[in-house]
Amino acid sequence: MDWGAFNLSLQLACYTVLLLVPAAILTARWMVSLPARRKAIIEALLTIPLILPPTVMGFFLLVSMSDAHALGKLWRWLFDDSLVFSFEGLLLASVIVNIPFAIQPALRAFEGIGNDIREAAATCGMSRWRSFRSIELPLAWPGILTGAVLSFAHTLGEFGVVLMVGGNIPGETRTISIAIYDQVQSFDNASAALMAGILLAISVLAISITFLLARNPFARIKA
Amino acid sequence: MPAPNGIAVSIRLQNPVTLDVDFEASGSELVALVGPSGGGKSTILRMIAGFEKPDSGEITVGGQQWFDSRQKLWLQPQKRRVGMVFQSYALFPHLSALENVLTALADRQADDKIRLANEYLARVNLAGLGARRPDQMSGGQRQRVAVARALAREPDVLLLDEPFSAVDKVTRVRLQRELVELRTNLSIPIILVTHDIEEAARLADRIAVLHEGRILQMAAHEKLSISPVNTAVARLVGIRNIFNSKIAKIDRQHARLDLQWGNTLLETSYRDGFEPNQTITWCIPSDGIVVHRRNRPSRGEHENPVFGVVNEVFHFGQTTELTLRVDDPDAHPLHCSLPTHVAERNEICVGADLGVSIKADMIHIMGSADP
Repeated sequence: MDWGAFNLSLQLACYTVLLLVPAAILTARWMVSLPARRKAIIEALLTIPLILPPTVMGFFLLVSMSDAHALGKLWRWLFDDSLVFSFEGLLLASVIVNIPFAIQPALRAFEGIGNDIREAAATCGMSRWRSFRSIELPLAWPGILTGAVLSFAHTLGEFGVVLMVGGNIPGETRTISIAIYDQVQSFDNASAALMAGILLAISVLAISITFLLARNPFARIKA
Repeated sequence: MPAPNGIAVSIRLQNPVTLDVDFEASGSELVALVGPSGGGKSTILRMIAGFEKPDSGEITVGGQQWFDSRQKLWLQPQKRRVGMVFQSYALFPHLSALENVLTALADRQADDKIRLANEYLARVNLAGLGARRPDQMSGGQRQRVAVARALAREPDVLLLDEPFSAVDKVTRVRLQRELVELRTNLSIPIILVTHDIEEAARLADRIAVLHEGRILQMAAHEKLSISPVNTAVARLVGIRNIFNSKIAKIDRQHARLDLQWGNTLLETSYRDGFEPNQTITWCIPSDGIVVHRRNRPSRGEHENPVFGVVNEVFHFGQTTELTLRVDDPDAHPLHCSLPTHVAERNEICVGADLGVSIKADMIHIMGSADP
């Protein structure tokens, strides 16, 4: 059992959720107010990570993070370090790969709040911020939480992108999925089974939570 | 200028619908906006509330300008003292009834808020139900919460968008009574949007008939149903007898104007502005047609008598509606309605001969017929 890899995966998943969810909330809320066509285009763009094969996605990320390209250059200039094969690079890749998992449920949740609810908040004298905080956010919360749980679980399981961008450096970029692959390669099936079991348990838990939350207790009351 | 606590609306819009509307309502008046869907009723409400902006015009409420295109003045919805009851009620589903009302009381003193919110709930007969969430309430109760929340805003105008359309008939009548009762303590204009002319007739002081973005006529219901300005208004208030006729004779001395309706000469009371031989459109409400007794003659039968054969009979509970095919190839069928017991006593059935009188003073000439 590679606890180092398990620990690293948990950290990666937590940081991914922490960075991604606030951005997803703001982006999803912004998208709801867009005209239908522009919203569809942006939604399509943000769904690309879900469609592309992880290795392809990982390849693009690897190239753009390398010192030869803008992102890698910027990182080098800021921190005097390489972005590829580092935990930070892995985190960045993880955030990008998980965008659709976080945004889609949040977007559906904000879309589910009728325009009349927003307008009612305005006629009650609520500022946009107050309306967002005390009306929209509580109503969209199940969707936002679903996105967070999905991103968390997906980060733990990601293999292709991690391998492409992070490689396999113990303590830096070796995640639990890669550790499992390593152990199978070295015929240590017992350790692989244990870690696979843990991942399975986490996945089952995550999907249960998601389905529980999907039953929105404040389902919109139809007139 | 409108009355100090009234509302004056003057708005023009080109897209996506055309609107060209001017009206005022005083501080205790209930005005109903009625008309077919797509006529712009809801858009007008949304513009008063500030959700949509007209191309040009002015909206003044309670002595304060909310919109003035010449001064480029546009008040955000949050800044307008407007109470709105949405068709869907738009209650906040995660908040209790009390909390829903509290949201409209945010700018009050903190220690006063709960007491006030409870008072508003009591005013709409929901005392003691403040802890319930909307999904734990009936349709009628939800509508009351929406009204309480709208009133809690201390609005300068109350906007009601089809507020009775989502409840059953018994509840609707009860809610309508409650609105009439609430009004006695309100001194703000109320604008009611409805597609139901009977609802408007029951509740409104004046009805504005909207058609394709214009107000065709704005008057009390009695006025609309006796003297509609045109065919569209006449149809909306339920008048089915609308005909084109030539003016046969004008006799100013005896205050008479005769219409040639097929072979029948109809006597009406005189009015200005018409010429002999002019083709005009006229209408008669169904209570302007008196059905003759079939067995024995009675008084009043010599007033514009028309004879024919009953073509269709429909019993709608206590009212019976029938169409009469008039003995005249050029005349159109007449629609009449009478109490069912009268229809039965007179043995009115399809194929029966029947005479009716068209009351001269209820014949309403709407103007020149469209060519």
